[in-house]
Amino acid sequence: MKIQFKKHSVLPGFGITLGFTLLYLSLIVLIPLSGLFFKTSQISWNEFWHIATGERVLYSYKLTFGCSLIAATINMFFGLLVAWVLVRYPFPFKKIVDASIDLPFALPTAVAGIALTDLYSVNGWIGKLLDRAHIQAAFTPLGILIALTFIGLPFVVRVVQPVLQDLDKAEEEAALSLGAGRFSTFFRVILPEIWPAILTGFTLAFARALGEYGSVIFIAGNMPMKTEITTLLIVTKLEQYDYAGATAIAIVMLLVSFALLLTINVLQWWSRSRHTFTTAQELQ
Amino acid sequence: MTESRFIRYLLLSVALLFLGLFLFVPLATVFTRALEKGGDVYWEAIRNPDTWSAIRLTVLASVIAVLLNLIFGVAAAWAIAKFDFIGKNILISLIDLPFAVSPVVSGLIYVLLFGLQGVWGPWLLEHNIKIIFAVPGIVLATTFVTFPFVARELIPLLQAQGTEEEEAAVVLGANGWQTFWKVTLPNMKWGLLYGLILTNARAMGEFGAVSVVSGHIRGETNTIPLHVEILYNEYNYAAAFAVASLLAALALVTLAIKSYVEWKSEL
Repeated sequence: MKIQFKKHSVLPGFGITLGFTLLYLSLIVLIPLSGLFFKTSQISWNEFWHIATGERVLYSYKLTFGCSLIAATINMFFGLLVAWVLVRYPFPFKKIVDASIDLPFALPTAVAGIALTDLYSVNGWIGKLLDRAHIQAAFTPLGILIALTFIGLPFVVRVVQPVLQDLDKAEEEAALSLGAGRFSTFFRVILPEIWPAILTGFTLAFARALGEYGSVIFIAGNMPMKTEITTLLIVTKLEQYDYAGATAIAIVMLLVSFALLLTINVLQWWSRSRHTFTTAQELQ
Repeated sequence: MTESRFIRYLLLSVALLFLGLFLFVPLATVFTRALEKGGDVYWEAIRNPDTWSAIRLTVLASVIAVLLNLIFGVAAAWAIAKFDFIGKNILISLIDLPFAVSPVVSGLIYVLLFGLQGVWGPWLLEHNIKIIFAVPGIVLATTFVTFPFVARELIPLLQAQGTEEEEAAVVLGANGWQTFWKVTLPNMKWGLLYGLILTNARAMGEFGAVSVVSGHIRGETNTIPLHVEILYNEYNYAAAFAVASLLAALALVTLAIKSYVEWKSEL
């Protein structure tokens, strides 16, 4: 039997729309991205390794990954809490609060960057209070953490919210009527259902934080070996016309992003299969 | 059935405190700092010729990026949602790719192609064509970072609607364009609008990718976010926040339209 590339359809326009899609995708995304790999192939493996694991670069990985991981974890807890409150409790101005969750997506990163820096520097509203407790936020890793928490805020909320909304209340009520407390109902019945969604949101926030630039560079202070994130190091190398250096570090970041993208796809597949599994159970 | 009143208020207060600290206070800061020195200083910053040239460039780059990605998004959604073919899931993943790439890397890939030391750099120099540190580079980087938005909104929407209505139109004698304009377009108008405003917001606010390809030439290759950065780094805080307040207002308008579209499409 011959395997057909496309199933028969009466609708017109397949050839031209798919052709245009592939052409445009190649021109804007695929060819430019492959240029990065082409450029990397021009430097030797030893040289690549030497650049990608240099002392200053390694420090920037540690800082970037560490801050991103903590920021994603903060967003995991507070994101779940915010999603819970939005789905379950009535309160005034709920619609406005709900809409404003997406602010970090809509607000340009440079604007977020200068606003947070202004707030958390020693003369700022919050910086003043922290200064009294002898905590310095701006121009330290803590500042980076604050910026990354801001830009990752919507992910967990937006992934968990619809799942929590669709959650079957019957199981919860059964658990409660069988004498389970509110607390154990949450951990035994609700949390296992929404766990894949929480993990998806966490990974999305983490991936976004790793590549972030605009909101961080203002508040970070950008001191090499102290508060220099990896994306800033790429820009610095580029400004010094060190193309090989910038490319090598960019490849490392790109491979990490692709690995995370794959993880997110697997998590979403898990989340969906779990969801259809429960609906299949309901049908029986 | 539900938690005790104390727990409820506690959870609600902590959630709202968190949102207040991370969302509302930074947003309020932009506007209060912008207007702190009075309306005159504010208007002076907005009316400045460099600000105007930044606004013009930002609008130009955004219009081109939005139009290109709109045409692409509609074409991709038609091919992917209305037909079954091999490799469709791979194609969908490839369309999402720009979201996984750091903004800085998004700018870097174009520098590696068109920059002086880039793959086509010498050829471009010979023919006196400037892409990097010029407007075409800014347009390209903006198009790259906003690439998936429209397609990503439209594909699931058209997939959920199926092909029956279009097939009926074609069987009744409508041609491809008629089918698209009269059947498909009215069905996807809210999704399209949603994709457009998200694309526009990101295009006008993009910083990292544009910063790498722009060269920061004042009055020539500065977009609004880059102009904010320059003013801020010159310690001209009032002007920086005044220009930033334009972008913050754009973000608020975007959120308002987004909520309106969500509310409309749920009806």
